[in-house]
Amino acid sequence: MVDAPPARRTGRARDTAGIGVARAVTFVSPALVLIGLFLVFPALWTIYIGITDYTLTGTASVAPKIVGLGNFVEALDDALFGNALWLTLVFVLGSAVIGQNFLGFALAWLLRGARPALRRVVESLVLMSWILPSVVVAYLWIALLDRDGGTLGALIGSPGTAWLVEYPMASLVVFNTWRGTAFSMLLYSSALAAVPPSQLETARSVGASGWQTVRDVVFPHIRGHVLTNTLLISLWTANDFGPFLLTAGGPNHASETLPVFIYQQAVPSGRLGYAAAVSVLLLLVNLVVSAVYLLLLRKRS
Amino acid sequence: MAGIELAGVSTVYPNGVRAVDALDLTVADGEFFALLGPSGCGKTTLLRTIAGLEQASSGSVSIGGADVTRLEPGVRKVAMVFQDYALFPHMTVSENIAYPLRVRRAPKPERAETAARTAAGLGLAGLLERRPAQLSGGQQQRVALARAMAMSAEVLLLDEPLSNLDARLRLEARTFLKRLQRDLGLTTVFVTHDQAEALAMADRIAVMSEGRIRQLGSPRDVFQRPADTFVANFIGSTPMNLLPAQVRNGRVEVAGAHLDPGGPHPDAPVTVGIRPEYLHEAPEGITGTVSIVENLGVTSLVTLECPQDVTVGLTVPEHEEPPVGSVLTVAPRPGRLLLYDSDTGQLT
Repeated sequence: MVDAPPARRTGRARDTAGIGVARAVTFVSPALVLIGLFLVFPALWTIYIGITDYTLTGTASVAPKIVGLGNFVEALDDALFGNALWLTLVFVLGSAVIGQNFLGFALAWLLRGARPALRRVVESLVLMSWILPSVVVAYLWIALLDRDGGTLGALIGSPGTAWLVEYPMASLVVFNTWRGTAFSMLLYSSALAAVPPSQLETARSVGASGWQTVRDVVFPHIRGHVLTNTLLISLWTANDFGPFLLTAGGPNHASETLPVFIYQQAVPSGRLGYAAAVSVLLLLVNLVVSAVYLLLLRKRS
Repeated sequence: MAGIELAGVSTVYPNGVRAVDALDLTVADGEFFALLGPSGCGKTTLLRTIAGLEQASSGSVSIGGADVTRLEPGVRKVAMVFQDYALFPHMTVSENIAYPLRVRRAPKPERAETAARTAAGLGLAGLLERRPAQLSGGQQQRVALARAMAMSAEVLLLDEPLSNLDARLRLEARTFLKRLQRDLGLTTVFVTHDQAEALAMADRIAVMSEGRIRQLGSPRDVFQRPADTFVANFIGSTPMNLLPAQVRNGRVEVAGAHLDPGGPHPDAPVTVGIRPEYLHEAPEGITGTVSIVENLGVTSLVTLECPQDVTVGLTVPEHEEPPVGSVLTVAPRPGRLLLYDSDTGQLT
C-alpha cells in the first residue's frame, strides 16, 4: 500500500522527487510506453473486438461489424459460458483458496520446527513443481494419470481408471494444488517468521492446542498475508491456461474453465468477437474478486 | 503452592551447546529466587527448562513433589512471563488476561470476571478494554503478570522482568514485584543479568556461569562473601578489588603493605578481595596516589595507583573526596578482607 502524499495540489508543487517535472516524465516514460503497448492497448483492443462480430474466417474476418452488447448478451445466455464460469469457480475455490492456501500454510507451519536438512529437501521438492515449465509438468501428469500405463494406476493397483476422463475436475484441482503450493508455502514461511516466538511460547505454556495457537496467535498476525496470498493465487488460478494442457476442456466441456472456453471459442471455433467479449467478462470477475479482497483487507487494518 | 527441585539437570541444544550442566537446585515453596549471571551463562535456558519450553537432556525436574521432566509446559502448573511480555496485540487487556481460561474453554462470564478481578488487584481496572499498544511499558508488564496469575499456577517464572522498562520505572517495578510476590506467596524464579536487581528482590540468588551454579545464597552472603573471584567480580555496583598477594608468616603482603588476614592462613600466593565500600583511610595499610575520582552520587569512587602496578578502588562519602595527586593510605574494615586461592579462585 502506498501512502497518499500530503495533499498539496497547488499545480506547481507536484515536483515531489525534486528532479524537475520534465526529467521525471522522461524517466517514467519507457515504463509507461511498455505498459501502454502491452497492457492498456490489448485490453482496449479486446473490448473493441468484443463489440464486433469479428471472426477468423469468412466475411466477418474482412469486414467485422459492430454488434454492440450482442456478444455479452449471448454469453450470459450461453449454457457453455455458465458451465465454464461455474467450473472456474470450482477450480479457484478447490485448488487455490482451499488447496494451495491450506497445503502451503500447513507445510510452512510444520517445517518451521523441522531440521534444516529436512526443511531444505521438502522446500526444494515443492519449489520444483512450481518452476518446471507447464508443458513438461502436463506431460508428467498425463503419464501419471494415464488409463493403461499410468503411474498412479500402477501404484494404487487400479489400472483401467482414466482419471482425466472420469474425474477431470478433481484431477485438475489436485494438479493445480500440487503445481502452485510453493508460492503459498514461501509466503507463509516468511509470514510465520514474523510471529514473535514469545507469543507462540506463551500459548504453549498456557496449554493451547495447535489449532488454538494458530487461531488465536498466528492467524491475527498473518491475516494480511492470508488475504494477499488468497487474492494473488485466486487471480492466477482463474486465468490459468494449464488445464488445457491436461484435458483440453474435455471430456464434453466437463473441465472447460473460462480461459479454456475463451480459447476454444477464439481459435478452433474462430469466433474472435465472442471470445473477446467473454475475456472482458472474465476481467470483470477478476475485478470483483480483487475489490472484495481489498475491502476485507481494509477492514480492521 | 509448590517448591521446585532440580536433580542433575542438563540441557543440551541440538548444536551441542551444553547450556545447563548437571545442575542441582532446590527452590523452596513461596521463595523469591533469582538466577543471576552474564549473558550466555545458561540462566534463561534453566528457566525455560523449568517451564518445559526446553526439554532437559538428562536429570529430573520436579514441581510440588511431582516429576514434570517429560510433561508439556501447559500441564506443569507453571506460569511464565516473557521479557517482551508477549501480550497478544489483537486482544484487549481483558482478553489477554483471560486467555489461559479461554484455552481451557471456561465460559465467557467466568473469563470476564477473572480478568476484572485480577486486573483490579494489579491496578489495571480502568484499562480492561484497551489494547496492549495503548499501554505503557509498566502497564504491559502488569497485564502479563495478570495473565500469568489467571493461570492459577503454582510457580511463576519471570524472564528478565525489568529489562524492558526504562530506568525510573524499573525501580518502581522492582518494589511492585517484590510486594506482589510477598502478597501472593507464590514460588517465583526470575532471571536477570543485573546483580542490583537480584540483590534487591530475591530471597536467595544462584549466580551462574557456563551452565553451572557458582554460588547459591542470600543476597547478603553473595555480596559479603563471594565464593570465588568470578562471583566477586560480578556482584557489586563497583567492581571488587582483586589484588595479587602473598601470605607470609600470618600476614598478607599486598601492594607493599602488610594486612591482617583476619585468621590463621598458611603461607601461599593468594588473591585479596576487598570491596571498595569496605576500604577506608587508616594510619597503616595500602598507600597509593589518587589518580581518578568518579562521582557516584552519595559517594565517590577513588582510584589509587599503588606500588607493584596495582590499582585499588575505594568509595568515600560526598565532600570528602581527596584531591587528585594526593597520597592516601587505606585499610579494609575488620573482617571484610577475603582471600582467594590464586590458582583456583576459590574463597579460602
